[in-house]
Amino acid sequence: MPKSQITKLSWAALGCALAAVSCASNAAGKNEPELPPAAASSSGSGDTSKQPTAAAKSGTEVLLCDGQTKVTVPAGTPGTSVASSLMAEWIRKNPNANWEAEERERHTLQPSADNTGLVGQLQGQTYGRVTEQDVKLWKNEVERVATAGSAVFHSADELGSTVAVSCDMCHPHAANTHPETYPKYQAQLGRVVLLRDMINWCIEHPVRGQPLAADDPKLRALEAYILAQRKGKSLDYGRH
Amino acid sequence: MSSNDQRPKITGHRSVETKYMDQRNELFQALKRLDRRSFMKVSAAAFGSVAASGLVTPHSFQPVNVAHAQNRKIEPFTFAYISDSHLYKRTLNDRFVNSLMRAVDDVNSMDPQPDFVFYGGDLAQLGQPEELELGAQILKSVKAPVKMMVGEHDWYLDMGEKWRDLFGAPNYSFDHKGVHCVVLNSVVEKDFWTARKLSPMDRMKTVAGLDNGVQSPFSVGAEQRAWLEQDLKGKPSSTPLIVFSHSPLYKLYKPWNFWTDDADEVQAILKRFQSVVVFHGHTHQMLTNRIGNIHFQGFLSTAWPWPYAPQGLPALTVQMGRPDPFNPQDGCGDGSVTVHPDGLADIVQNLWNRNPVTIARTYTASFGKKDKPEVPSRQSY
Repeated sequence: MPKSQITKLSWAALGCALAAVSCASNAAGKNEPELPPAAASSSGSGDTSKQPTAAAKSGTEVLLCDGQTKVTVPAGTPGTSVASSLMAEWIRKNPNANWEAEERERHTLQPSADNTGLVGQLQGQTYGRVTEQDVKLWKNEVERVATAGSAVFHSADELGSTVAVSCDMCHPHAANTHPETYPKYQAQLGRVVLLRDMINWCIEHPVRGQPLAADDPKLRALEAYILAQRKGKSLDYGRH
Repeated sequence: MSSNDQRPKITGHRSVETKYMDQRNELFQALKRLDRRSFMKVSAAAFGSVAASGLVTPHSFQPVNVAHAQNRKIEPFTFAYISDSHLYKRTLNDRFVNSLMRAVDDVNSMDPQPDFVFYGGDLAQLGQPEELELGAQILKSVKAPVKMMVGEHDWYLDMGEKWRDLFGAPNYSFDHKGVHCVVLNSVVEKDFWTARKLSPMDRMKTVAGLDNGVQSPFSVGAEQRAWLEQDLKGKPSSTPLIVFSHSPLYKLYKPWNFWTDDADEVQAILKRFQSVVVFHGHTHQMLTNRIGNIHFQGFLSTAWPWPYAPQGLPALTVQMGRPDPFNPQDGCGDGSVTVHPDGLADIVQNLWNRNPVTIARTYTASFGKKDKPEVPSRQSY
């Protein structure tokens, strides 16, 4: 299976997990008592330092839908409390679970095109009519790739910089990256380059890292972010 | 913190010079409150103290000095600037260190030497003690006296503790050759970190990201505005003012904090003065503006150039050429400022690897009608 598909699948998996998180947090009532963290234990990630308390030992084990995260609760614990302590444990094990929302809060992303006008229209072939769900899926997926690019763009570590330099230090919000002008004859290099060549040039020189392979998910994501941020600019290849 | 007129009283041993300056100040204070009846009393006291110390002949002392105090003569003078060096420690990134050293060489080779070198803020990249100490060490080799200003990159790891240890208070004022100079800390942000439970380093990194939307807009803040009003109190409106702020003291582009949230309030305090020039760092580019009587000039960075903001660029701005990434240090530089008797200033933007650009005071004074510098053909996309 090609790398990109693996990435896509893992994003989809993450999407499911996120949906579960939001369900669980909605379900948890405000007045319900929270279980102490000591009652939660995990079997998945090797965290064996916490011993279940005596009270918990006599309780019921509940397993999260990931098949790994587990809490032990006393009999009669309200379901909402069980759910919230399960999710608290899951989030503890997955601190970056909310990466997408956090990245978008830090760094504004231009919204992808609005396709809501297509809802209810015939697709013309097998799929029947375009649904709201379709439109939402397209938007979520494409913006997720661009958001992943934003995370790389803004991180010297993700870029593999040896001098703690990231793209945003010269290109806030991907300004002055002008992807709409590629391909062009890059006079300093004496040849025609694509946007990805210039991304790699920057990674090698100002950033002082290793250039990325053309199909590297990081490079694909960087391209997606840079193109997303120049929404509305007209293509003008070869422009200097 | 205090201007020359409000300097603290020296206690303990007082030198002959200090005693003389105190006597002189008391006399001038009394002269300001003169009415006909007390005139003879004060002038007799002046006569007495001066004659007793045998300094000047009594008949020439009083009128000459009163005239001098009321209408101080402004001598033209030059200062140099260095700004926005964003130092990491030397072992991590030597490029920014070398750039600051290039700027120090530039100002040290100026002939004649500038009266002082003004540092425009963001000496460090992440406000770490070793970054600030490295910067302080490099700036020690500047031959002229150095005046410091703080930037957000210096501040938000330890909320300015290390910076204040090294360089003193972030806001202060001084008089230089008849011009009153004020230095502000314009990078005060509202607390966005407590509620988010950010560590000091996470807070610092949030502020260090120019396009990071989690942080708050910059401001001077009510406390410093009150200090500024107090500092300018009693100064005649003919006093030429130079104000230094890290962020531009106007509202250019909020998403990058090319912005000071209470700029209008600060401008209102400066409004009554006939001539005000504001110099700022932070924007890493040639940036010129004028709002009423207030002229604004931006400093170049030694570390890297920022692109021009996509909106809000002041019409008077003379853009520097689009920097060439293949030409290291292009778009970076330092500069010098000559302040003239009219209180306005010419700025020479010493763009490394390019011809320096002079923006004459007549350019902003004429709202861009006169002496427009040549604009480069390749501007930002």
